[in-house]
Amino acid sequence: MFFKTQKLNQVASLGRAISTTTLMKKFIRSFSAVTLAAFTLNAAPVLHAEDTVKVGILHSLSGTMAISETSLRDILLYTFDEINKSGGVMGKKIEPVIVDGASNWPLFAEKAKQLLEEDKVACVFGCWTSVSRKSVLPVFEKDNGLLFYPVQYEGEELSKNIFYTAEAVNQQATPAVDYLLAQGKKKFYLIGTDYVYPQTTNLILFKYLQLHGVPVENIGGGLRKDDSGKVISAGKYTPFGHTDYQQIVSDIKEFAASGDACVINTINGDSNVPFFKEIAAAGLTPASCPVVSFSLAEDELRALPTKDLVGELGCWTYFMSLKSPENKSFLAKWNDWLKTENYPGVVKEKRAVDSPMVLSYDGVYLWKKAVEKAGSFDVDKVRTALESGEINFAGPGGKTTMQANHHTVKNVYIGSTLANGQFKILKTFPEVKGEPFLLKGLDEQLEKKTAAN
Amino acid sequence: MKRKTELLAVAIVAILVIVILPLLNASGIVSNFTINLYGKYLSYAVLAISVDLLWGYTGLLSLGQCLFFTLGGYMMGMYLMRMIGNLGQYHMAIPDFLVFLGWNTLPTFWKPFASFPFALMMVVLLPGLLALVFGFLAFRSRIRGVYFSILTQALTYGACLLFFRNNLLMGGNNGFTDFKLLLQQDLRLPATQRMLYISTGILLLLTYCFCRWLTKTKFGKVQRAIRDSENRVLFSGYAAANFKLFVFVASAIIAALGGALYTPQVGIINPSEMATDKSLEAVVWVAVGGRGTLVGPIVGAIFVNTLKSWATRAYPDYWLIILGGMFLLVVLFLPKGIVGLISDCGGWIAEKFKTTPVVPDLKQTPDADSLPNPQPAIRNP
Repeated sequence: MFFKTQKLNQVASLGRAISTTTLMKKFIRSFSAVTLAAFTLNAAPVLHAEDTVKVGILHSLSGTMAISETSLRDILLYTFDEINKSGGVMGKKIEPVIVDGASNWPLFAEKAKQLLEEDKVACVFGCWTSVSRKSVLPVFEKDNGLLFYPVQYEGEELSKNIFYTAEAVNQQATPAVDYLLAQGKKKFYLIGTDYVYPQTTNLILFKYLQLHGVPVENIGGGLRKDDSGKVISAGKYTPFGHTDYQQIVSDIKEFAASGDACVINTINGDSNVPFFKEIAAAGLTPASCPVVSFSLAEDELRALPTKDLVGELGCWTYFMSLKSPENKSFLAKWNDWLKTENYPGVVKEKRAVDSPMVLSYDGVYLWKKAVEKAGSFDVDKVRTALESGEINFAGPGGKTTMQANHHTVKNVYIGSTLANGQFKILKTFPEVKGEPFLLKGLDEQLEKKTAAN
Repeated sequence: MKRKTELLAVAIVAILVIVILPLLNASGIVSNFTINLYGKYLSYAVLAISVDLLWGYTGLLSLGQCLFFTLGGYMMGMYLMRMIGNLGQYHMAIPDFLVFLGWNTLPTFWKPFASFPFALMMVVLLPGLLALVFGFLAFRSRIRGVYFSILTQALTYGACLLFFRNNLLMGGNNGFTDFKLLLQQDLRLPATQRMLYISTGILLLLTYCFCRWLTKTKFGKVQRAIRDSENRVLFSGYAAANFKLFVFVASAIIAALGGALYTPQVGIINPSEMATDKSLEAVVWVAVGGRGTLVGPIVGAIFVNTLKSWATRAYPDYWLIILGGMFLLVVLFLPKGIVGLISDCGGWIAEKFKTTPVVPDLKQTPDADSLPNPQPAIRNP
């Protein structure tokens, strides 16, 4: 009664992953430890081994986000093992410190403090949602920590203590629009879940589309203006967990009647299921009105009915179906590791790899290279090395270079969904430079354009 | 005897928590992390007391108490957001989230929150008024028991959905974060955090004293009578609804004050704090600590949260099982919670070491006291 169903699911999947006996043993051990711990809390001595370096993993292993974030914990453990096998970072083995943020944002802040102040980790890999990043940001700035953030986000943020291996809006949303414009699409319907990522992305797209000659009346979903008549929000928004898309899809159908329309979808999570069901039921096909989704990668597609999604578009800086030798060897090694590893809670069967996972993987290597260049684990020195523009890594998704603006240069791919939950790659935009602040620049360009007319 | 022991224990713990611990922190023995963490637990304890005042003493199981806690946190958060000034990402005079929602000027209702006294007033007023209106409607319609619980849960869920909306201009899903200053003090400084910790400790002590006093008065007796048999109270000519309304509003204000101190210590306030599971957690703390005791909720809130903080680091994969198992144990074997266990043990020890067993067992209820043949021990000395 006191747990959400998701938590129960989490416990259930945990039970599947490890045999009952190990679970029981660990459980009994935990219990005897609990009684002891009640008296010795926060007083546990920190052991500093000479030949290891502590690195934090700050993800939700329980709660609503666990379904996405445990994959990142797994890939990070794999990466650490891989690095440790080949000699570690500057001769030191990585010692992961795993904490559970539990999809609880204040707990994220607390765990970040614990990692930085108590465990004194050299670096932290973590966060998925923007709100979790916003909640730990002040902690990282106060304690001068280092965070690598791997999930596509809305930008409009630049902390000296965070490195964003994530896709910025111009590495996902605007290339997707470029692709659709090149395909001859003239009308764009914006729909998303009501939170900061869709709101900001759609506002950027609203301006970007106008700059590329799309008139305001061809941008669907509705506009909201402030008192002075300035547009402050573009697109249609539904709350988290929304299930009724009948009305919205019939609006889209009307909007798409001319045959040259497409849908930009930033709906998050489970709501995609009823949304795509309605799209299919309304007879909207990828040929007549394609939907490009920014929050659906291979890992999410495992849990969605892909038959409603075949042919719809996705845009990421990595697809599992990439044919490059780096990706093939990466996938082979990852699958081997899954067979042999014995970390608790790592699911072994039917695993997919997607962009956030690969960007976590890239982040660890970028950090490793920066540490080696700086010759030190000191945060300020590592930051200087990362900002030099010389730190790059040939990862599974192609070469990734860290820029002075804490965002990366990398390839962007457009793919169409296949029935097996993979993507067929349709187009590659090589070496796109990540840029966090887009709104202001777009405003200025738009003003210039209207002045020139 | 028991009353004196409790008062003595509370006084000792209060001095330890409010005076000694901060001194140890100032001299570097206790880490800033620990102080900050316990500051958070103490604000949770204030919330737990407010739940106990309702549930343990009046029999009103509110499953939405976190709504008031979070509203208090939001009101303080609005002040803290205004205090960021132009130190945000965009270096503009309005909060960052308004900038990327496209606003250039401050919405009217945000303006007065630059004043600390106003924000503090709103911390009390807004949750208080909401509780007054909701309580008035609910109690006038004689909504009781499980229906009251469901309604409070619906209320907090509704508020949660409302605050998720960006249109409300309260930060949407992200809520408020990245605070810089509180009363011109840098929130990052250990000294500021220490002061917040001490303030929370004092608030908790005052809350405890107020509730202890309230439950001792005639009002408190009516309160417990309502819990035990509301119909008899009504037939005796008391307007039970008014009593319940007062307790509901008082507990909402207590929770809000806890929330107001929670926000600057945690550094973030967002709508997920209003989600229904958070309020359920607060009820669990009270159950674990021992309801209807006032000390119990404090013990429960601190114990459960300490355990959670420890287990999410030490056993990130199993902590839910550990906590869940503990809740099961408490429900099955400790119906009176941790405090009940301690007082039972106390009673057991007293019985064991007393040469003349004339002191009645602490477990006994007044009814048992008045039975003609109370104890076998007395019959064969």
